[in-house]
Amino acid sequence: MALADARAICPDLSTRPADLAAEATALASLRRWVGRYAPMVARDGADGLMADISGVPHLFGGEQDLREDLQARLERAGLAATSAIAGTRGAAHALARHGGGVVGEGRLAEGIGHLPVTALRIDQKTAEALARLGLSRVADLIQMPRAPLARRFGPGLVLRLEQALGAQAEPVAAEADPPHFGVRMTLPEPIGKQEDVMAGLARLLERLCAKLALHHMGARRLRLDLRRVDRAMAQVEIGLARPMRDAARIAALFAKGVDEVDAGFGIDALRLSAPVVEHLAPEQIGGGHAVQSDDALADLISRLGNRIGFDRALRLLPAESLIPERSFLLVPAAYAPPAAARQPAPPKRMPPRPIALFPPEPITAASGHPPARFQWRRMSFTTLRASGPERIAAEWWFDDPMWRTGLRDYWRLETREGPRLWLFHTPQSPDWYAQGEFA
Amino acid sequence: MTMRLDLKPRPQTSPDDPLGLRPRRVHEAEGLGRRAFALFQATRHPGPLVWILPAHSPARPLPAGLPDGVSERLLLLTPQSETDLLWAVEECLRAAPVGFVIAEPEKPLSLTAGRRLQLAAEAGRTPGLLLIRQDAGSNATETRWACKAVAGHQDSTLHQWSRIKNKTGTLGTWTVNWHGASAAFDMVSTAAERHQPADPPG
Repeated sequence: MALADARAICPDLSTRPADLAAEATALASLRRWVGRYAPMVARDGADGLMADISGVPHLFGGEQDLREDLQARLERAGLAATSAIAGTRGAAHALARHGGGVVGEGRLAEGIGHLPVTALRIDQKTAEALARLGLSRVADLIQMPRAPLARRFGPGLVLRLEQALGAQAEPVAAEADPPHFGVRMTLPEPIGKQEDVMAGLARLLERLCAKLALHHMGARRLRLDLRRVDRAMAQVEIGLARPMRDAARIAALFAKGVDEVDAGFGIDALRLSAPVVEHLAPEQIGGGHAVQSDDALADLISRLGNRIGFDRALRLLPAESLIPERSFLLVPAAYAPPAAARQPAPPKRMPPRPIALFPPEPITAASGHPPARFQWRRMSFTTLRASGPERIAAEWWFDDPMWRTGLRDYWRLETREGPRLWLFHTPQSPDWYAQGEFA
Repeated sequence: MTMRLDLKPRPQTSPDDPLGLRPRRVHEAEGLGRRAFALFQATRHPGPLVWILPAHSPARPLPAGLPDGVSERLLLLTPQSETDLLWAVEECLRAAPVGFVIAEPEKPLSLTAGRRLQLAAEAGRTPGLLLIRQDAGSNATETRWACKAVAGHQDSTLHQWSRIKNKTGTLGTWTVNWHGASAAFDMVSTAAERHQPADPPG
């Protein structure tokens, strides 16, 4: 039904757009749950799951009981679902979308015979053509000879029919689970010494790094959960400046965190997981001078970031703005592209810029335009030379409180006392400020 | 047999260069022009460059104004506490690939802290430069420089850099014309009184 028609019938109908991504995620988690019934579960279209339960039903007391168990659990979780069990994938698909139920062994033709032909996963055009010929039920198709059907409607219809009846094999293709990067270790006796925990960690890291290497991944964050004897959990989390799977280098970063953990009466289980991983292709080990230097620098950034915070180890990247404060970006070094990948700084064609920039500081006792004498930071200056003005207008598409005073006329002032300052004048609300210092 | 790979980029200074900083040591610079001096030294030391300044310090380096090639290799650290700052300085000095470390501590360094930094610089073979406030120097420093900008005639950016403490050499004052874009500079000869009569012509 079109939305307009639905609104006409029920004016206060509330509607929400479909969130396909969220639905897919929900279906994926449901797929993991259905794993309790069968080893192989695959997604079936956007709204279904297909499980291969060969050899499973007797564990639940038969097919009927299995289906009832599944339905009861789904209902308890608040999910309205229809399920069907049949000998073939096609038949189960058709039945699940038309009321559900169980089709016994060898009774496929009767079980799905009463369903409309559209249940056979055929396209709209074929379905319409079949309806025009009066073939509306699957049972009508089953008795037809296959060769004329294939000649008239193409091989697709016959294939679907054969698949539903089991004459054509159609296995359940369960997709591979995404690899889980977590390893654990339970200890027969609790441990408390830092060296023991580090030794356990080294073993876990070895396994985790082997797994990461197998999947060509590198860890970006690592979490070590330590379970104490009294069931309390301690957690040590570290970040890495770039994806890494080198056990020895990672272990060194854990040392400080492990040192701070209170072991209480002892630790009897360790769990190491990598919540954030990134792709890391295999690399030539050893490498040249540049590679080793890069590695050592990344290690340094990891060490610094884990103590002072990764948002406090920064790199300066150029930005496209003429506003001095916004002409560069401070990006965490751990997430900044490596120097080689960055574009070289554009050639400087603008008037000289100061080496240090600070928030505008008011100039007092300014006389003249540009000021011939002024005071800044409680020091008096006499102007020797002034070059300017360079007018910079605010970016109107950003509301920057610092730029509410409007236009700025920047001057480079050389003082008799020595310092070369970057001053600006705001003509719209006349005042002088200092914002930078030149070399 | 072991082979030791040298990760350290070589600075372009010679021992008889008056403005060169002794390698593997920590130095200090004070005065209003200390940032310019630090950047001048940064242009002479290749390799990654670390600048450590307190998180609440209002001034930030402006890439467009830095000498050529400095902003690309600059790593800016803004630790929150003084202890973290000193720890970061030590850690960077000790790291092999770093070419030069600039730090702006807030408080005067104790002798112990100063010695620690010297040992770290020696271990990592990295020179360091601390930008200190006036008279807040540490006794452990190798050299201390007083830096200020000087007014010059048309088209010159003069700096007066004087070595006011030196553990293993002489003191001195140099007036330098450095325009702040590359490592090139001109030494300005200072007009001084002659102590002996000039050689007679001919």
